[in-house]
Amino acid sequence: MASSTQAARHPAGSEAPKPGAASSSGTLLSAADVGRVVDRMAHQLIERAAAIRGGVGEDMAPDGGLSDLVLVGIPTRGAPLARRLAARIQAFSGTPVDVGTVDITLYRDDLRIRGVRALESTVLPDAGIDDRLVVLVDDVLYSGRSVRAALDALRDLGRPKAVQLAVLVDRGHRELPIRADFVGKNVPTSRSQQVKVHLTETDGADEVLVTEGDGVSGQGREHRGEERARSGAPRGSERGTR
Amino acid sequence: MKRHLLEAADLDRADATLVLDTAAQIEAALAGREVKKLPTLRGRTVVNLFFEDSTRTRISFELAAKRLSADVINFSAKGSSVSKGESLKDTALTLEAMGSDAIVVRHGASGAPHRLANWVRGSVVNAGDGTHEHPTQALLDAYTIRQRLGRLEGVRVAIVGDVLHSRVARSNVGLLHTLGAEVIVVAPPTLLPVGVGSWPVEVSYDLDAVLPKADVVMMLRVQAERMNASFFPSAREYSRRYGLDARRMATLPDDAIVMHPGPMNRGMEIAAEVADSVRSTIVEQVGNGVSVRMAVLYLLLGGSPQ
Repeated sequence: MASSTQAARHPAGSEAPKPGAASSSGTLLSAADVGRVVDRMAHQLIERAAAIRGGVGEDMAPDGGLSDLVLVGIPTRGAPLARRLAARIQAFSGTPVDVGTVDITLYRDDLRIRGVRALESTVLPDAGIDDRLVVLVDDVLYSGRSVRAALDALRDLGRPKAVQLAVLVDRGHRELPIRADFVGKNVPTSRSQQVKVHLTETDGADEVLVTEGDGVSGQGREHRGEERARSGAPRGSERGTR
Repeated sequence: MKRHLLEAADLDRADATLVLDTAAQIEAALAGREVKKLPTLRGRTVVNLFFEDSTRTRISFELAAKRLSADVINFSAKGSSVSKGESLKDTALTLEAMGSDAIVVRHGASGAPHRLANWVRGSVVNAGDGTHEHPTQALLDAYTIRQRLGRLEGVRVAIVGDVLHSRVARSNVGLLHTLGAEVIVVAPPTLLPVGVGSWPVEVSYDLDAVLPKADVVMMLRVQAERMNASFFPSAREYSRRYGLDARRMATLPDDAIVMHPGPMNRGMEIAAEVADSVRSTIVEQVGNGVSVRMAVLYLLLGGSPQ
């Protein structure tokens, strides 16, 4: 699938995918596609950091505002994604970028329904997040509830100058008024489908898959939740099923 | 995890490790934060039902529940209708009728939390029952050992002193065994329970022989309030044979640690210079208690898939 060019036609956050216009099952992004998408997002982040810093030309800070930028990944797969983006930004601009992770489990609004789960680590850069540009990084944007939880967590951790959102895949079906500022790929899906992001760091390979779900999403979700609990698999593996 | 935490045996190795890992993540997540509060248990009510005196455990549970945004009701038997003769069952049903989701109970009678667990729908956490068990103390002790030594598997833990009356010792023996540590109990024969032979531990009467091989020395408080017979000739003699002083501490391996569940009888089972030494984890244990109890409350009350 010609993904990166197709995604490039949707500038960051400009157009939400149309729910219902479901794409068929299969590989959405190959390993090469994922690499290109991450590179493009890194360039967009560099531009945004410069824009937020406000300076242009001679007034611009020598690091292009990148020292103000903090990439904060949402575990499981947002965390390695944030590290990759930071590595690409450093490769393109020569400036290292701070990276962190924020575990949102204790901020979730579905613990009562879906049950408690093991926590993952929260790590912030030494310089903190106060008065900086925080970009939350996640693999799939779906209902928006994970992002809401992450926003609540950030509020307890400091007071950023601004918070923005970068996602590898936006699959639509928002349940909250949340949108992404940087989107790797917009994917129209139906609720019965699953979007699975696999990354080398967590799954051994880079790819994004769309599969047909097993009917009514609510029932399928609980069923898969039990499977995960039994197998002890990390929760991010079914991020797209909510 | 089971719905209640009544004794160390309620936790298998996976559950116990989950509690310790969760506590570590919570501690790391809250470290250095200005807002030391999480919204996880918003709208839940935790009752601290204390029929026996307590400083650290009650405050620790209260702080843990509050940091998770639960509402906390502190109940102490003194000044309540218990002094008018209200039974444990009626007290518990009253509290549940008011909407408590969890009851943290300390009681002078061994087994009281087990009885309670049959009467109420919410979770029951044993915060110490008579001479039976005190599972969250064992969890925080295991957490402290793992934090200091980096492991629990194969660690040699000497539990020293009034084992007979100690619920801390019972819970620690069970939990540390579950987690793969080797436990040695050291006490005068009069302060060992009759059934100690069936415990998964080594038994010794000679503290000096045990210390050079111990990675952890856990000193127990001599529980004078539970001693209704003479278990040793004098406090001075007990201290001479089973107290940890600076001379004895010097025989420990280099990285060994000294623990005490508190409250201490300084000069009796532990010398002041030992309690205040760098080997001592006594203050850390108190701090870790909050993280561990947050983990327990989160895992018991956070929610379960319906």
